[in-house]
Amino acid sequence: MEVDREDGRSQNQLRPLACSRNILHRAHGSASWSQGDTKVLAAVYGPKAGTKKNENPEKACIEVIWKPKTGQIGKLEKEYEMILKRTLQSICILTVNPNTTTSVIIQVVNDDGALLPSAINAACMALVDAGIPMRHLAVSICCCVPRSGLVILDPTKLEEQNMKAFAYLVFPNSVHSVLPEGSLSVQGEPIENGVITSVTHGVMSVDDYFFCLERGRAASTKLSDFLRRNLQHQSTDSSKAG
Amino acid sequence: MGLPNASGDLSTEVEVDAFRRLFPLRFFEKHLLESIRPDARPLGRARDTTIALGAVASANGSALAKIGSTTMLAAIKMEVMAPSIETPDEGCIAIDFHMPPICSPIVRPGRPAEAAPVVAKQLSDTILSSGMINLKELSLVSGKAAWMAYLDIYCLDADGALFDAALLAAVAAFSHLEIPVVSLNDDGKIVLSEEQGLSDREPVNKEKRKVNLGSIPFSLTCILHKNYILADPTAEEESIMETSVTVVLDSSSQLLSLYKPGGAVLAYTSAIQDCIALTRQRVKELQKILEEAISGMEVD
Repeated sequence: MEVDREDGRSQNQLRPLACSRNILHRAHGSASWSQGDTKVLAAVYGPKAGTKKNENPEKACIEVIWKPKTGQIGKLEKEYEMILKRTLQSICILTVNPNTTTSVIIQVVNDDGALLPSAINAACMALVDAGIPMRHLAVSICCCVPRSGLVILDPTKLEEQNMKAFAYLVFPNSVHSVLPEGSLSVQGEPIENGVITSVTHGVMSVDDYFFCLERGRAASTKLSDFLRRNLQHQSTDSSKAG
Repeated sequence: MGLPNASGDLSTEVEVDAFRRLFPLRFFEKHLLESIRPDARPLGRARDTTIALGAVASANGSALAKIGSTTMLAAIKMEVMAPSIETPDEGCIAIDFHMPPICSPIVRPGRPAEAAPVVAKQLSDTILSSGMINLKELSLVSGKAAWMAYLDIYCLDADGALFDAALLAAVAAFSHLEIPVVSLNDDGKIVLSEEQGLSDREPVNKEKRKVNLGSIPFSLTCILHKNYILADPTAEEESIMETSVTVVLDSSSQLLSLYKPGGAVLAYTSAIQDCIALTRQRVKELQKILEEAISGMEVD
């Protein structure tokens, strides 16, 4: 069933993705990620010595600062900081550098829908740029359930506001491995089917949610390929002196 | 007194309380192997839940909800205000969640808890998107006056599953809410009517009425650890096994929220389905508890 979207995309089509790394010179790692008109800048400083007061000193700690484009910092920003912190903590290998703090700063440059997923993707690329050891990458996508019709991916802000419900989903990236098929699966499902983070807004039925998960997994494979090409391409032609 | 253990590690020489503090994860895993938790609950069972309505006498609606030791006090105060221009016949609800230092040793006056603004925002989103309260019911005079409901939830004891207890307290407070009687005075302003005897002013609404609740949201937080799913964690369990999934369902089994903020354990489809099934059971339990509390109040 064809759904008319304002910008002419099909249901499963993502907006044009663009990502560049190492754009800030003082930061240890930085990345800019844009999906269509939504653009987010992420910077990583770390690891720095010492952890904050209530954090476990036997592990590395991640601190997230979210700066909105305009306005003061409120509950929305605090919630995004917490979600981002817990997502990044689950992908980084925290035992490598204990008793250190890595700061991730997110600056929203433009918000045109799917802001949190773009920020998670940007933060992940910035962590790669900084060389923080990670288990796997986090690939994030926004799926929405319209009032009538099938699930659509990667909405613009206008589409997001008119939806019945939407879900931000984060999956691990897809694995290309030399090991035989099936040796990396858990409970019979491949690792990339696991959900790292899920945040939903609005009312949807349970079946709609599982459908969103399916569409999200399919899209995360495409995103993983984009990330892989981008990382390989930039690492072969970057010529850092020393 | 040591734990019975054949493998000869420290557990046989150390007291139970010390082992619990020194090796918390191993302490819990020993219990999980027997499909039980340290407080003798089976893995899928939530703690004892109680609701007391009318806890705050001066508020228009209030409730005290306890899930195990986690205690939440919710109170609603109504105020008349001018509705916004875009929605002239709708009232407004402002939801705030506070974690005062009484609730937990990690909260100090100068250092607000990290969890407080996050739970406040989640509560706000859930209650407003659930359609439990129809904002048009809160309207008095279209375009001129409408009710503003200030819902404040105070955490008195933070022992895990804060969002569940807060949502339950909020829902119970709304079910106890009575909209006061008001009338229009000579200046065209709405004032509270003191007694029924004043006959020169026509009351805008005849009697104290209860709000009609649409489908009520209920939630359950589960912790994922390896292959285990633990329902309704205590604060100790939450701090050791950090991956939590909160599912909010309403009484017609629609999914209002599936919140999993990161965490080392990945949630596969089977785990998500199990969490949703546990939440469905919990919704039935909570509906019963809420109905008993409401009918208990009405008898008085």
